[in-house]
Amino acid sequence: MDDARAAAERVARASYGRLLALLAARSRDISASEDALAEAFVSALRTWPERGVPANPDAWLFTAARNRMLNAYRHSAHALSVTEDLARRCEGAPTHDDAIPDERLKLMFVCAHPAIHEDVRTPLMLQTVLGLDAARIASAFLVAPATMAQRLVRAKAKIKDARIRFEPPDEASLPERLDDVLSAIYVAFGTAWDDAVGFEGAKALSQEAIFLGRVVAALAPSEPEALGLLALMLYCEARRPARRSPDGAFVPLHQQESRLWAAETIAEAEALLTAAAAHGRFGRFQCEAAIQSVHIQTPVTGRTNHAALRLLYEMLLRYRPSVGAFVGYAAVLTDAGTPKDGLAILDQLDPHTVEHHQPFWVARAASLKALGQKEGAAQALAHALRLTESEALRAFLRSQADAP
Amino acid sequence: MQYMLIMTEYDTEIAKRDNPAEAPAYWGGWNAFVGAMAQAGIVVNGDGLQPPHTATTVRIRDGKRIVQDGPFADAKEQLGGYFIIEVPDLDTALDWAARSPAAANGSVEVRPVMPPMKPPGA
Repeated sequence: MDDARAAAERVARASYGRLLALLAARSRDISASEDALAEAFVSALRTWPERGVPANPDAWLFTAARNRMLNAYRHSAHALSVTEDLARRCEGAPTHDDAIPDERLKLMFVCAHPAIHEDVRTPLMLQTVLGLDAARIASAFLVAPATMAQRLVRAKAKIKDARIRFEPPDEASLPERLDDVLSAIYVAFGTAWDDAVGFEGAKALSQEAIFLGRVVAALAPSEPEALGLLALMLYCEARRPARRSPDGAFVPLHQQESRLWAAETIAEAEALLTAAAAHGRFGRFQCEAAIQSVHIQTPVTGRTNHAALRLLYEMLLRYRPSVGAFVGYAAVLTDAGTPKDGLAILDQLDPHTVEHHQPFWVARAASLKALGQKEGAAQALAHALRLTESEALRAFLRSQADAP
Repeated sequence: MQYMLIMTEYDTEIAKRDNPAEAPAYWGGWNAFVGAMAQAGIVVNGDGLQPPHTATTVRIRDGKRIVQDGPFADAKEQLGGYFIIEVPDLDTALDWAARSPAAANGSVEVRPVMPPMKPPGA
């Protein structure tokens, strides 16, 4: 029983996006595919413990979901021709793992389609391709869960009813469509990085994001930003083993043991960033990767290159003046010994937007502390703690509060 | 799948129809577009409309019929015509819409046509 349940959960985590993409690319109906796949998982949990886990769980789930979707169509108000059309497109269930094509990228380009409202493109990708739930996505995007759920439902209806094409874009529209795809991958990676899904879950999610980054980079090798994003994620991923002490405590970047960093991964990131630069088209992701490259040099040179970081953040703000970039810039200014400038940057930001943005309060606490404003720093840190889900990170922030 | 391309044009564009100096280029652009669609065999239906000054709008309010001179909205862009085309997906419909003169001198709204409904009791 437990084995079958564990197997179903493992397949659910590993294959959700792949199976959904497969179903959606055929039905062009994301909501119906989601419902059918959810029912297929429920039915797996019921039958696998009795009859054993099938040889190819993915193919079993695909077949079950496809049949359920066809049944749902037959019993709904859809015209007969619509159901027949769907049945024809869904013919032929994959029977071997290697026979299951990876249609996730197709699905991502549909989600990032210009006919879909800008605000919902990334959330839609996170939900369909990576299986994140609406509440989690809502918190990453700083909006109410009900608002996010409604946006997602509306976007899926548009994709189905207006029949957006499930094919990768042609070369001419690739760059603009690519930017939305890359942003979605980066948000997923960021969610994992913040440990919002727990440390183990985060590892799986970041692997998934890196995998998607590799697929996009392979599809668009002449797009430097695709390479830049992959480099950025690999720089961060290389440091993962050093982010926790043996007893699970959070270790900040400047205290990490660099010998624990994955040297091969760093080398791959450096090579990607160099290859991207050769195209001569700089952009947001290459800029962020370059910032990580500076950080990773710190243990080698023994000092943080604040001047380079400042310059790179100023460039980043030109490409993408996001709240995250302003907060990062402020943190660099504080670290570089100019906390007053850092605080001024933070004070410019819209209070409503930053209220639930944890890094803002951490950066604010740091700059106030550096300015000797103990009470304000303590208040900001308390605010940051309320927004921090990860227990390891909470413990670290509390230790900061006590530090001189 | 059928899509309606709803062509709106700037009023200055529609005025070219009556300007002897500009009319040939105006109609030339539309003829080329309509010809290309006809050649592709995608046109289900479609018409240009007479200018907005010929429009009359009717509403029933409190059971009373109210008839007014002019189109439903007085705007810089006005409905100039429509086409219903049969193409595989929205992306193809958008490609055709982008080729129309209205895309450059106004805008084109692209809407899927409702599929035929099941007859009651079917």
